[in-house]
Amino acid sequence: MIEIDRIGFAIGKSEILNEVSAQLPRGKMTAIIGPNGAGKSTLLSLIARLISPASGTIRVDGHNVQQTASDTLARILAVLRQENVIASRLRVRELVGFGRFPHTRGQPDAQDGEKIQWALDLMALSPFADRFLDQLSGGQRQRALIAMILCQDTDYILLDEPLNNLDLFHSRKLMQVLQDMAHRLGKTPVLVIHDINYAAKYADNILAMKQGGIFANGPTQAIFEDDLLSALFDTPIRIHQIEGQPFAMHH
Amino acid sequence: MPARRLLVMAAVLLVACGAYLSWGARGDWAFILSFRGTKLAALIVTGTAIAVSTKLFQTISGNRILTPSIMGFDALFVLLETTLLFALGGFGYTMLDPAIRFAVTLVLMTLAAILLFGTLMHGTRRDLHRMILVGIIFGVLFRSLSSLLARMIDPNEYAVLQANLFASFNQIELDLLGISTVLIVVALFAAWRLRDTLDAMELGREIAINLGIDYDRHVLVVLGIIAVLVSVATALVGPVVFFGLLITSLAYQIIPGFRHRDHLIANGLLAGIVLVAGQTLMERVFHLHTPLSVIIEMLGGLAFLILILRGHTR
Repeated sequence: MIEIDRIGFAIGKSEILNEVSAQLPRGKMTAIIGPNGAGKSTLLSLIARLISPASGTIRVDGHNVQQTASDTLARILAVLRQENVIASRLRVRELVGFGRFPHTRGQPDAQDGEKIQWALDLMALSPFADRFLDQLSGGQRQRALIAMILCQDTDYILLDEPLNNLDLFHSRKLMQVLQDMAHRLGKTPVLVIHDINYAAKYADNILAMKQGGIFANGPTQAIFEDDLLSALFDTPIRIHQIEGQPFAMHH
Repeated sequence: MPARRLLVMAAVLLVACGAYLSWGARGDWAFILSFRGTKLAALIVTGTAIAVSTKLFQTISGNRILTPSIMGFDALFVLLETTLLFALGGFGYTMLDPAIRFAVTLVLMTLAAILLFGTLMHGTRRDLHRMILVGIIFGVLFRSLSSLLARMIDPNEYAVLQANLFASFNQIELDLLGISTVLIVVALFAAWRLRDTLDAMELGREIAINLGIDYDRHVLVVLGIIAVLVSVATALVGPVVFFGLLITSLAYQIIPGFRHRDHLIANGLLAGIVLVAGQTLMERVFHLHTPLSVIIEMLGGLAFLILILRGHTR
């Protein structure tokens, strides 16, 4: 479980998060949704100890992320932010192999090779495994980064807009993989996501944020409701049930 | 494959060293070997320090074009030395044991580098343009302050310092060689122990933290190592701007892959080869008509221009 307790964060004088408290259940996929500037990415970065909060505490699986050693946390949670500029000239397989770093400290063994191949296959990267990162398209590079995160094999997987640059096929595939990991392996994926219908289809739990605070937090069916989503995005949204799934019409 | 290339480079370095020691030697071998041997050791020690510090700096700043010298590290060293001379006066400066003087400058240098460049790299985003700009401003600031102080110092006293502050591979400050070698070996050993961590750090702050690296602390540690290496090299031969860039660029071309275990060694070997072979040619073939530093700076400057024009700024 991820426990967020009265978290405050500010950049200069502008307040990004104000006394945010929430709990994200273990073994379920949570989607963080909300308008631009709601503080979604900031919250994700705080959970992943990429930045430090001004106040409050966050616990992942009982570990206080501010106080736990970074290499211990790296075996519990993995995070991928939106923009990643990589200076080294790496091949895809080498990048994915870095996912094993927290476990082996740069001394890979045979088991790591299997894990790397598994992650490459999962993201359909085997044909490009020996290419350099700068020879890939934006979507392929994004998949390579996600493969590295999956290769890290952590219980908590935090992804900031992972569908960026991905086409329909790979978006669907990624969401299925993550859902499967939650339901079958008991992992806890947490995704910041803009396409609310992907959230509706695959997430078990929704954390809706607005203006630096929690707007709503609960099971997907409870959140996907006309008035709630319309108020969240300040846009008229109607929810239709299509084949037993909520589908948000917003244009 | 990197292992074989490293072995070839090591062999080339040995040949270069052999040539430097024996070429045109006449007379008492014991004297020649100790005389040339000391210079040879100094060349290798400084070359390695400059090249490895450049590689380390490129890793933590996430690009392949910036060097500690471009960012004003050695200008900072010159400023500290000049300030020391200004504060102590020529007599005090010369009376001070060179080792103690060196130690004082080194401590100040490390603190200043961590303070200045640590804050610069501490931000969550590493902006190359901002770094280049700040580096240029720092460099100009440090150099202007040094020359301001130089004008205020009695010219006779300044001459004491001046000899130290011109880049020269012919007149290496041999009295500092012993302590310098010790410091450089310690700093290189520290860098070598971090080799796997450095691989992860090169991926950028966020990915490195994700992989369990205590990134912000390690940046300060690496800056400390760089400060020691640059101080020692500058104290021995004076400021050299483009040599490090020349060597790291060569190493990127020769050594495939990203691993610091290969690149750290390659940088050390290449630096030794270029300096020792270059100095041999200068002394034996061109009879010291052109200082080696001029030629190396020219080649390094060319490499810098080519890198910029080809857009290899990341």
